[in-house]
Amino acid sequence: MSVEINGKSHEREPRPGQCLRTYLREEGCFGVKKGCDSGDCGACTVHVDGRPVHSCVYPAFRAQGRRVTTIEGLADGDGLHPVQRSFLEAQGFQCGFCTAGLIMTTAALTDDQRGDLPRSLKGNLCRCTGYRAVADAVAGVRHRTLPEAGAAVGASLGAPAGPQVVTGTARYTFDVDVPGVLHLKVLRSPHAHARIVAIDRTAAMRVEGVITVLTHEDAPDTLFSTAQHENVAEDPADTRVLDEIVRFKGQRVAAVVATTEAAAEEACRRLLVEYEVLPAIVDPVEALRAGGRVVGELHAALGDVDAGFAEADAVYEETFRTARVQHASLETHGAVGWRDEDGRLVIRSSTQTPFLTRRAVASVFDLPLDSVRVIAGRVGGGFGGKQEMLVEDLVALAVMRTGRPVKWEYTRAEQFYGATTRHPFIVTAKAGARRDGTITALTLNVLVDTGAYGNHGPSVMFHGCHESIAVYKCANMRTDAHTVYTHTVPAGAFRGYGLGQVTFAVESVLDEVSRMIGMDPVTFRELNVVRAGDELTSPGDHTEDLGIASYGLDQCLNRMRAAFAPSALSAPAAPAPVPAVPAPAPAPPGWLVGEGMAIAMIAAGPPGGHIADATIRVLPEGRYELSVGTAEFGNGSTTVHAQIAADELGVTPDMIVIRQSDTDVVRHDTGAFASTGVVVAGKAVLRAARALKANGGEIAHGHFDGTPRSVAFNAQYFQVAVDPDTGELRILRSIHSADAGTVMNPLQLRGQIEGGVAQALGATLAEHVDIDDSGEVTTTSFRQYHLPTFADTPFTEVHFADTTDEIGPLGAKSMSESPFNPVSPALANALRDAIGVRMTSIPFTADRIWQAMQPPAGPLAHRRHHPRP
Amino acid sequence: MDLHTVTEVISPAAPGQWRPGDAWLGGGTALLGEPRPEIVRLLDLTAAGWPAVTERADGVEIAATCTIAELIETLGRYPIVGQCCHSFLASFKIWNVATVGGNLCASLPAGPMISLGAALDGVCALIGPDGAERRVPVAEFVTGEGVNVLRPGELLRAIHLPSAAVGALTSYRRGSLFRNGRSAALLIGRRLDRGGLALTVTAATRRPHVLRFDRGPDANELAAALAEIPAEQYVTDVHGHPDWRRHLTGLYAEQIRVELGEGA
Repeated sequence: MSVEINGKSHEREPRPGQCLRTYLREEGCFGVKKGCDSGDCGACTVHVDGRPVHSCVYPAFRAQGRRVTTIEGLADGDGLHPVQRSFLEAQGFQCGFCTAGLIMTTAALTDDQRGDLPRSLKGNLCRCTGYRAVADAVAGVRHRTLPEAGAAVGASLGAPAGPQVVTGTARYTFDVDVPGVLHLKVLRSPHAHARIVAIDRTAAMRVEGVITVLTHEDAPDTLFSTAQHENVAEDPADTRVLDEIVRFKGQRVAAVVATTEAAAEEACRRLLVEYEVLPAIVDPVEALRAGGRVVGELHAALGDVDAGFAEADAVYEETFRTARVQHASLETHGAVGWRDEDGRLVIRSSTQTPFLTRRAVASVFDLPLDSVRVIAGRVGGGFGGKQEMLVEDLVALAVMRTGRPVKWEYTRAEQFYGATTRHPFIVTAKAGARRDGTITALTLNVLVDTGAYGNHGPSVMFHGCHESIAVYKCANMRTDAHTVYTHTVPAGAFRGYGLGQVTFAVESVLDEVSRMIGMDPVTFRELNVVRAGDELTSPGDHTEDLGIASYGLDQCLNRMRAAFAPSALSAPAAPAPVPAVPAPAPAPPGWLVGEGMAIAMIAAGPPGGHIADATIRVLPEGRYELSVGTAEFGNGSTTVHAQIAADELGVTPDMIVIRQSDTDVVRHDTGAFASTGVVVAGKAVLRAARALKANGGEIAHGHFDGTPRSVAFNAQYFQVAVDPDTGELRILRSIHSADAGTVMNPLQLRGQIEGGVAQALGATLAEHVDIDDSGEVTTTSFRQYHLPTFADTPFTEVHFADTTDEIGPLGAKSMSESPFNPVSPALANALRDAIGVRMTSIPFTADRIWQAMQPPAGPLAHRRHHPRP
Repeated sequence: MDLHTVTEVISPAAPGQWRPGDAWLGGGTALLGEPRPEIVRLLDLTAAGWPAVTERADGVEIAATCTIAELIETLGRYPIVGQCCHSFLASFKIWNVATVGGNLCASLPAGPMISLGAALDGVCALIGPDGAERRVPVAEFVTGEGVNVLRPGELLRAIHLPSAAVGALTSYRRGSLFRNGRSAALLIGRRLDRGGLALTVTAATRRPHVLRFDRGPDANELAAALAEIPAEQYVTDVHGHPDWRRHLTGLYAEQIRVELGEGA
């Protein structure tokens, strides 16, 4: 019996255990996405006989004799379905991986269901937008503008890929048909620390369809870091493609390459591995105590902290903890590799760093750089998780060994135990201040758990300990920080890169100090923050290229003051937020209400160089081809690149044809990380466009090496209500103020900020990757690991400061990571204001809030309570 | 997800066909939601054509293969049915496929069809490999987290809800770490004849606990009865701390007691 897909009969019979999603993709419907593979995220939503279902948990055999509609078949003819048009006009997406599922779901909603989106959309997870853009799309709000020639910068131009995203035709990593592709699966370590004594492949090789088994004996001895930075020496070379020693539960032990996923999985189950189990340390405090496990440290001071504390009228010290958080990009890690007609190794990967990954693959296997090509399609979310070579090395080895195309796609569970997480931090922060508001001393004691490998570990520690305190003028500061190895899943780059964790501690402690001296938190910040013209200092050596090339923190703080006391608003009229702001929700009777704020500063780009090349070529009919290296994963850089080029060349943005994220298209690009898409790659685009305009001709190049660097500022305010009976927390108001320099695209910038706030609220209120005493990750799906849903995400009022940067292209600064950073402490400060208890470990789930509110029992319960005057 | 080890689907399947390595297949939303390398054959029950809901004088028979969407369509006029359907973590799209029987057989603490069945004195009809039927109250069907009384090869055919219970006045309370999230405590009170109260505690505990009071209890009597639930019965997982679940259980139980009328 056939399956009818989008009006056409498909005769091929599904496999017995196959889910409908896989069948549809095999039949060419690549718009049907694999997100969670367990029925939770909704990216695979299709209609069966007109009813929406999650096709990843729908048995494919049951679709026989039924009508299936996918995103590709939603519209009549070649036009757009009204819901597709709405998502395009509202730009209700960023990376777009969840969008087809959201559109298919929205198209099936009844009017009643449209009236209750928190409930109706609980089966659709979006990791990028924070859902406001989705709500606007469902409501039919039009945000996208089509600017005239020369007026693109500053306009709410839609993403160039928008039409493809809403029709399911945007091509992500695996949305390509690679004939004859083999499938790779790995056996992962059941021990937190062990030596592999022997691997018996006999039974595995007997499984029909198995081509080869790869073990540490097949892997080069080369040590490398999975982390990708322009400067290779930034991360310790401590990793092998496959190692004889495994250092965390979940580490790759062996890889099977087979003609089907089924055969590869079966062969993995039949590999016989003998391990010599070695002692394991999963706790970072124990690791520090044990010695020999420190991979990065910083011990430095400015001034005299003892004297500083001695002159303080109030001193507060507390220890804060942050959890492991998974990036949870809806597209998992994965790559497919093959040999092209010239014999080059081609790897199509879900990566933020195609050029650095090419360099890493070439280096690990000792290949000439030009014999490797790395391509990224549209990437389904990154957040730092894909600034890492987690799959490409093994895919390369498999392609070289078999001579055939090979694909490796992570499962959702593998994302949790076989990828990376946000670094868990333990931060003891101590601050002192005089009654006049002057901060007299500030110290940090920081312990960073990098997990089994040092990728990003030292850099995250250094970054975390810099802008978090350099934003304050304080003569006496000391930092003692360590990054330690533990036998746990490695941590890696994650939005904010250490700043969020340390900022949580610093801003929480400063909130307490301001209470102790009886000063409101905004005034306290105003008295102590750096100002235009100030040096940025913090303990330790730092690159000298960072400075304040534009200053809008004062405007951000004015917004905070207005939030606390709406009548006190005296700020100059900054560009108004785009949307009408919904009225704040009232607190239910009997609930405890509180408010709080926090600030953050971030460098616009990483230290040590970040390089971008761009090329513009004249095309016929007034069009231009813009080549950039930067990958697009919803960051919106591509949109801004088109805006910059269009305005410089005096055309409308649709005349700019972009080629990107392919090592063949430009000389080099460090990658889409460290908030550089606009300020580094965008500057290279600007220079290329100006060179073409100035010199004429057919082609021009632009280059920027990422130095010098400016800083961007953010401030966040929350008003919360807490049910004292249950610990339930509701956010009544959320206000974010950002200094991003020139606003290149207000709609996108707002989206980045909303998404950053939402993601940070996930880390603050919900998300934690748990590891048990044996080192095993116990949260391995979206049912155990709660991502923010539509219902969990408040409306955030977004305000932009009015500044123009001296360094960034056309005055712009970066704003992709930084909105994350002030969120946890702002929420913590509001929560503390509401319940009178300083909570120190995120996430603050309802059960933990309730527990914190219970009457003290025992010697640890003496809480310092400093009510606001 | 793809169940790669499955080599055959038997559809429709019937009692007696089961052998080791087989799994009864309802909607499939739970079965396909996790890796299950032990499964070789799927025995599809949804193709058996069992009527989803049969209303009779003595009550309602809900086929194990009745989808959640069918349940709310046919019995949504009873508030407790709608409340329990909305207690799924899963969205309405899953309702189109997931079955009442599948939810019972997954036997998770947060299974809202277990809450519904236990609260309404539901009785499971189980059919063994030899075709013999036995009946087990829903409240006793689930014996622990993911554990139930089903024997190898036995299948769940239907749940019978007696009419007196289906039409009774109920009161519902649910707690979760997140709005619309997975249930951490789900309590249902049902008023009995002559002012009694049946209080069903689910989600907070590893299996359902039904407390019966011939007459409406006072607050102390209720608290004393709840205290009989052993502390280790409260679930310890990422969906809520056991102390908090126990606290919510007491809080909601008291609210239900008051709502249904002290001694009414």
